[in-house]
Amino acid sequence: MRFPDALAFALQVIRRQRFRTAMVMLALIIGVSAVNLLTGLGEGARRYVVGEFSSLGKNTLIVLPGKTETKGGMPPLVGEAPRDLTLGDGLALLRIPGMQSVAPLIIGMAELSSGGRVRDSLILGSTSEFFRIRQLKVKLGKALPDQDWDLAAPVAVIGTQLKKELFGTSSALGKWVRADQRRFRVIGILESKGVALGHNLDEVMLIPIASAQTLFNQAGLFRIFADVMHERQIPAVRQRMLEVVKARHDGVEDITVITQDSVLAGFNRILRLLTVAVGGIAAISLGVAGVLIMNIMLISVSQRTSEIGLLKALGATQSTIRNLFLGEALLLALLGAFAGTVISELLLALGRLSFESMPLQTPLWARLASVSLALGTAVIFAWIPSVRASRLAPVEALGSGQGV
Amino acid sequence: MVLASGLRPDSESRPDSESRSAPVVRLSQLNRYFQLGDQTVKALDGVDLVIETGDYLSVMGPSGSGKSTLLNVLGLLDRPTSGDYFLNGRLTTGLSESELAHHRQIAIGFVFQSYHLIPRLSARGNMELPLVLAGWSPAQRRQRVDEMLDRLQLSARADHLPRQLSGGQRQRVAIGRAVMLKPSILLADEPTGNLDTHSGAEVVRILEELNQEGITLVVVTHDQALGARAARQLRMVDGRIVMDQRVDSGAT
Ligand SMILES: Nc1ncnc2c1ncn2[C@@H]1O[C@H](COP(=O)(O)OP(=O)(O)O)[C@@H](O)[C@H]1O
Ligand SMILES: [Mg+2]
Repeated sequence: MRFPDALAFALQVIRRQRFRTAMVMLALIIGVSAVNLLTGLGEGARRYVVGEFSSLGKNTLIVLPGKTETKGGMPPLVGEAPRDLTLGDGLALLRIPGMQSVAPLIIGMAELSSGGRVRDSLILGSTSEFFRIRQLKVKLGKALPDQDWDLAAPVAVIGTQLKKELFGTSSALGKWVRADQRRFRVIGILESKGVALGHNLDEVMLIPIASAQTLFNQAGLFRIFADVMHERQIPAVRQRMLEVVKARHDGVEDITVITQDSVLAGFNRILRLLTVAVGGIAAISLGVAGVLIMNIMLISVSQRTSEIGLLKALGATQSTIRNLFLGEALLLALLGAFAGTVISELLLALGRLSFESMPLQTPLWARLASVSLALGTAVIFAWIPSVRASRLAPVEALGSGQGV
Repeated sequence: MVLASGLRPDSESRPDSESRSAPVVRLSQLNRYFQLGDQTVKALDGVDLVIETGDYLSVMGPSGSGKSTLLNVLGLLDRPTSGDYFLNGRLTTGLSESELAHHRQIAIGFVFQSYHLIPRLSARGNMELPLVLAGWSPAQRRQRVDEMLDRLQLSARADHLPRQLSGGQRQRVAIGRAVMLKPSILLADEPTGNLDTHSGAEVVRILEELNQEGITLVVVTHDQALGARAARQLRMVDGRIVMDQRVDSGAT
């Protein structure tokens, strides 16, 4: 039997047995979509995180208070709180050879008001260097002034969204914004940049680091950003940074210095594993689809016993009949897998429209895996029914049906 | 109208041409027993039979006398319990499943009382099934099936599904299908059993025409009149051939 004829034969059956076809397709669509959607979500999360941290420059190091790296060794003594990161630490880092710029950062929430409009907002306290390191640009006005870190100037640069909410369409430059008991004059408006490192920079207010320290009544820094001159200097500078701060903190190494690479590598590994795991769980639904295929094929074989007998009387061999039934299951699986892939792609595209920042996309390996799993399942589970069909004795098969 | 010769349109030789002179069928001490509980039913009981090329046989006998069993064994649909069956001079007992399938394909045509058409396939689709299974190309099939549809006066019904055809038309499709690959022997089990007199007569006319073109014909029937038309008439009782009679007048 020629391949196109076998295909046409299987297609005829699939077209005639609509309910059966619909059931198998549905099961396969659910299975394939589950794999594609879950891995798509996992991959989206991974890319999101990777994208976020990629917005850090390659030359950027981040200093966090406290030792979070687990390198073994002694656990910190009970009751010993991590020392604050101070502006002095930041200035000391700036003197390290190869260091280009350093920006301290304090983060807090405050209720902002202006002309009767009130809004809770994220406040970032930093310096002019922060704009360079994080590649922020002002659309109107100017950035934070390049001045001594401990000068608490009452000025602010605000994000575009925040500007809209506090001032509407009217100009904001030179206007005052009240944050708790203090007032800040708006000197600049950020260019829209969207979400980076978890903050929507369109909705923040930036003020000088010393102003933030007084506003939040807190001396300790949240982070210190540091840029080296050349990427290759990162390991040496990182080592030096640890030493400098350790010396300033009574010989205790109580900070963590992360780089883009170290963060990415960690997240990448974890999120990839997660994606594979959820994909694997979803693949179980394909196994369920397989059991359904087997049952439906068994029913089909018993319904078509007399047809099988006839084919044998016309000279069909056992392998021809087995292949006809296997081919039928394979074709169903192919259609189901195709439909499932299309549907999951559509859903993910819709998801991308709704969550613009999430790069939801099924990785290629998952797409291939879901389709080959569907086909493999179909063949494996259709095997027994197909072989059973091929082994039917012609007389008995012919005798069983009514014939038409 | 002459049937295309051979299995493939491009081959002139019959597969068993070396044994051309041998009878189409030779049965020797053939038994087919069925075990029903502790009872053995001898559906065929020591049958000896030789059928020469071009013979026209009718098989009659009471119900349960083994007529269908005989036909099934002749058609390689059933295996005898013991005894020898030579088809075109070749011993078939002991052949593998796939060899049997091959001989069913090239040497045997079967016509059933209940037609056994595939309901989802058109008249053309049903008729070309043996050609499809044999791997003929669509162009070769079309030509062959067109000839056959024309000959059986079914051209206008080519695209009808079986349920849209009358009983006589269905049986004609089934006959077309059975002789599509020009078998050496055509086996018909009560071919007119489900038909009215007129359609039955038409089916008989076609079968006899095919016989006159050289296809060996074996018809199992309950119908005395139909049975009497055959040149050679067998009567079976309890799995045995009790009468084997050649009649000169034959078909008219
Ligand atoms: N598959 C079978 N299993 C058991 N007994 C069978 C089977 N097929 C036929 N028989 C028995 O063999 C005998 C002959 O049957 P059959 O050839 O169908 O008779 P006929 O066609 O002459 O009416 C009957 O007694 C029947 O019951
Ligand atoms: Mg019978």
